[in-house]
Amino acid sequence: MNAYMPYILCMILFSIGIYAILSKRNIIKIILGVVIAEYAVNLMLVLVAYKVGGRSAIFSETQVILPESMVDPLPHALVLTSIVIGLATTAFLIALAIRLYGKYGTFDITRMRELRG
Amino acid sequence: MIELYVLLGLMIAGAVIAIEVKNLLSAVVAVGIIGLALSIIFLLLKAPDVALTQIVVEIVAVILLIRATLHREIAQKSYGTRPFGAFMGILFLGLAVVAAIVTFNDLSPFGAPLMTISEFYPLNAVTGTGAINVVSSIILDYRAYDTLGEATVLFTAVIGVLAVMRSPGKKNEEDLQENHE
Repeated sequence: MNAYMPYILCMILFSIGIYAILSKRNIIKIILGVVIAEYAVNLMLVLVAYKVGGRSAIFSETQVILPESMVDPLPHALVLTSIVIGLATTAFLIALAIRLYGKYGTFDITRMRELRG
Repeated sequence: MIELYVLLGLMIAGAVIAIEVKNLLSAVVAVGIIGLALSIIFLLLKAPDVALTQIVVEIVAVILLIRATLHREIAQKSYGTRPFGAFMGILFLGLAVVAAIVTFNDLSPFGAPLMTISEFYPLNAVTGTGAINVVSSIILDYRAYDTLGEATVLFTAVIGVLAVMRSPGKKNEEDLQENHE
């Protein structure tokens, strides 16, 4: 099997999210596409950090753990930040969608343009 | 690593279901499947802190999405696709996937990370910061300004949500209409 297979599957997941953003008319489906693409990006960064046979980046007081046996901790720290920011932007998108539904009575983005007034 | 491929396949299947299913509530539940499979993948990839955060964030996100699609008449309306966007999406995303497969050959292969910069952190975290968890030593000490910026973004988003969701008073609405006339 190809050594890059997890990266390729992750790229396919990202493409599914972008496809939803480009092709759907329902605004909730577009938000779901944004969420899926964001998950794929986070997953890609953690996949890059993985080391075969590595262990989590946590030392122990009772046990000797070599620093060389650990997976890469830097992407994990940055992905933690990215996940929380992703939740914040998703919440904001959902709030905007709820307000748009209250104003236009529909989630269809093509009809929102017609109903301006 | 067969579990990783099974879970990645589950995530792709969940994504296709979430995008193509008619009922919006089912789509939201499918996104919940993707997020929980993602947190299990994080555990398999030896990232327990990220997995915990992902579980919490996923549950909150699903609750918010269910709030948006709660009414029955909203959940069952399906508006179909934009044909031009769908065609261009398939064309260019196919090209992007092919280009990505070519580009991945320049990355270091899966399971052998390039540790030239980040090997500093495991080597120095305990003596430098006193924390035995290297990830928390990075987010709370070496890159604490990142965490401060994250908190700023989070609370700005909360203020934005409150400003958008606040129901406008009657008086203001009349003022707006007068301004339009």
